[in-house]
Amino acid sequence: MDEPTDITITSERRGDACVLFPVGDIDLSRSPVLRESMKTALDDKPGRLVIELSGVSYMDSSGVATLVEAMQISRKAGVGLVLCSLTDRVRSIFEIARLEQVFTIAEDLDGAMNT
Amino acid sequence: MTDACTSKPRLDPAIELRLMSHPTYLAGARELVSGIARRLGFDDVGSGKIALAVDEALANIINHGYQREPGRPIWIKLWPEAGPGAPGVSIVIEDEARHVDPAKICGRDLEDVKPGGLGVHIIKQVMDVADYSQRDPVGMRLTMVKHLQDTEAIKQDG
Repeated sequence: MDEPTDITITSERRGDACVLFPVGDIDLSRSPVLRESMKTALDDKPGRLVIELSGVSYMDSSGVATLVEAMQISRKAGVGLVLCSLTDRVRSIFEIARLEQVFTIAEDLDGAMNT
Repeated sequence: MTDACTSKPRLDPAIELRLMSHPTYLAGARELVSGIARRLGFDDVGSGKIALAVDEALANIINHGYQREPGRPIWIKLWPEAGPGAPGVSIVIEDEARHVDPAKICGRDLEDVKPGGLGVHIIKQVMDVADYSQRDPVGMRLTMVKHLQDTEAIKQDG
């Protein structure tokens, strides 16, 4: 099944941290793109992986599942995973799934770098 | 078709959308549902949650019902609920996937943090009614209702 990829994900190195900036909705059709980006970032063994989510106005459970998977991989690799800049809609799905205490979530990118 | 709560016969839906079982169409479906929910009085977060429930239901059909086989039909039907004291929206989603025992469709234990399996929990959490049933002779039906809460209503005054 061909999947559309109308989501953009840029990455930036800040010290030993890798910051990913996804822009677009993250749903069943787009979460594989996020998964691949996070896998590539973790392969570089950063000290910390930050996902800056201000450009994501919508996320469904497939996006959340992708982040849970990344959290489990990063823990095994000893890499800290931090989410930041969540929009209200995206934050609400973490609350519904009762995952807001499971992830490290910062208000903004500065907070994520200093968590 | 009958009302999920009262068993009264249903009028034709105000909106009926037929889409194919492909993730490409999820964004359009939720934008339609979200836009209608807003017109019916739900605020941004409320309409977003209704669209999320529809998105999760469609994703479950694509992934599990049709096991990612593209080109299979899914129907979304929507009725405004204008009854006294309980305005809101009713949404029915139907497919032609294999029958599943509705009693076995339930959310998983959230204490067990793992990828996947959140869709049914989210649907039941954000909607006031989420009722699965089997269609005759084939397919499943999900009937969902969301009532407009005072706290969710779009502020009409400036």
